Amino acid sequence: MIDFGGWEMPVEYSGIIEEHHAVRRRVGLFDVSHMGEIEIRGPEALELVQYVTTNDASRLRAGQIQYSGLLYAHGGYVDDILVHKIAGDHYFLCVNASNQEKDYEHIRQANRMRAGVEFASERYAQLAIQGPRAQDTLQQITPANLSAIRYYNFVESEVCGKPARVARTGYTGEDGFELYVAPEAAELIWDRLLDAGQQFGILPCGLGARNTLRLEAAMPLYGHEIDADITPFEAGLDWTVKLEKGDFIGRTVLLRQRAEGVRRKLLGFEMTGRGIARDGYQVLVGGRAEGWVTSGGPSPTLKKNIGLCYLPAELAEIGRPIEISIRGRAVEAVTCATPFYKRVK
Amino acid sequence: MYPENFRYTKEHEWVMAEGDTGTIGITFHAQHELGDIVFVELPKVGTKLVKGEPFGSVESVKAVSEIFAPVSGEVFEVNESLSAAPEKLNEDPHGAAWLVKVRLSNPEELNELLSAAEYQSFLGAES
Repeated sequence: MIDFGGWEMPVEYSGIIEEHHAVRRRVGLFDVSHMGEIEIRGPEALELVQYVTTNDASRLRAGQIQYSGLLYAHGGYVDDILVHKIAGDHYFLCVNASNQEKDYEHIRQANRMRAGVEFASERYAQLAIQGPRAQDTLQQITPANLSAIRYYNFVESEVCGKPARVARTGYTGEDGFELYVAPEAAELIWDRLLDAGQQFGILPCGLGARNTLRLEAAMPLYGHEIDADITPFEAGLDWTVKLEKGDFIGRTVLLRQRAEGVRRKLLGFEMTGRGIARDGYQVLVGGRAEGWVTSGGPSPTLKKNIGLCYLPAELAEIGRPIEISIRGRAVEAVTCATPFYKRVK
Repeated sequence: MYPENFRYTKEHEWVMAEGDTGTIGITFHAQHELGDIVFVELPKVGTKLVKGEPFGSVESVKAVSEIFAPVSGEVFEVNESLSAAPEKLNEDPHGAAWLVKVRLSNPEELNELLSAAEYQSFLGAES
């Protein structure tokens, strides 16, 4: 068990590789109750959400979800978040565990429109059920018609008779659902999901598999691909920025970056030499240190060693031979397109 | 679990001495803590190991761990099968998944290592 922002979290249950394959091939269950929740309410709710996030929340209909960025004025990330539109005057944000207090303070300070901002993490536990058999598993214990919920949509329903927000989202690159429930209900729902998924070979999964799965899907992790010094354009998250939607925190810097271009870019790579790249290792191009690895490790699905790295924009092209400095040894790799893994729909 | 004829380090390596040679590996506890092992880096034949110095590394999905020489000596055999099948270290760390064999340069160093009973009580105190 590791201490993660005050939560005791298992890194693995039966083994990272086995758990990883369960999610890719069958179904896996994650306890992600450490994630934070912030609720924004009132007639000014949309105005506040628009002002603190990069994406255009005005495009959401009730029941839709949007991946977005919370930025500082200098364009770096406070956090990356999911915005759920519950109603015109009610938005629900799912934020990273280790950033939740910082996010709440940031939003409160930006709240000159005086919307209601609630730090709601204590009221929610979160379970993620992920994999090709996630729907078949969850459907057994919820009256919600899951096949009618499209990707990045949610419904207010029940699971095991307990109120639950059921969202078709995830952090694995597979189909699946994230359930927001009362903390008192989480243990019951966890147990029932494991029972319901037994016929499909469900496994409880820890933070280790969550990381290998999201890396294959090239989904960013705060503190690695994105942080206070990285902008969405550098991280390749242009699609989450809607400059034309009106003013928002960080927009001035992003407008300038759009005009001038970015100095560095996030890129995928795979090792061609023997070795595993890890977070923080140097990336060499032509023998010179030019960038750094943000996340790296073995890919259980592809059976290759993969990673993400930042390189100067002029060097950031797919197919470029690079080297990773692994404990003093330069090991060959090549940049490649991401995601590394994409599920067949 | 922990063979009586092995000697152990607090860094979770083992050595089995036979005459003037020693076989070196990592302990069951070490592989268990690491989880799924996916990569092993070992020295070449002829490398001189110095007791307490790192001579290779073992990587699991989640972490890299250096391996320290439990004794000094020259490597005369390397377990090449581990490079294609590193998962053997999870399955048989005290047997088929030995790492290297060395010619002991100072057999007295063995006396400084832990017995199976001492290692197990060390593990008990550590957890």
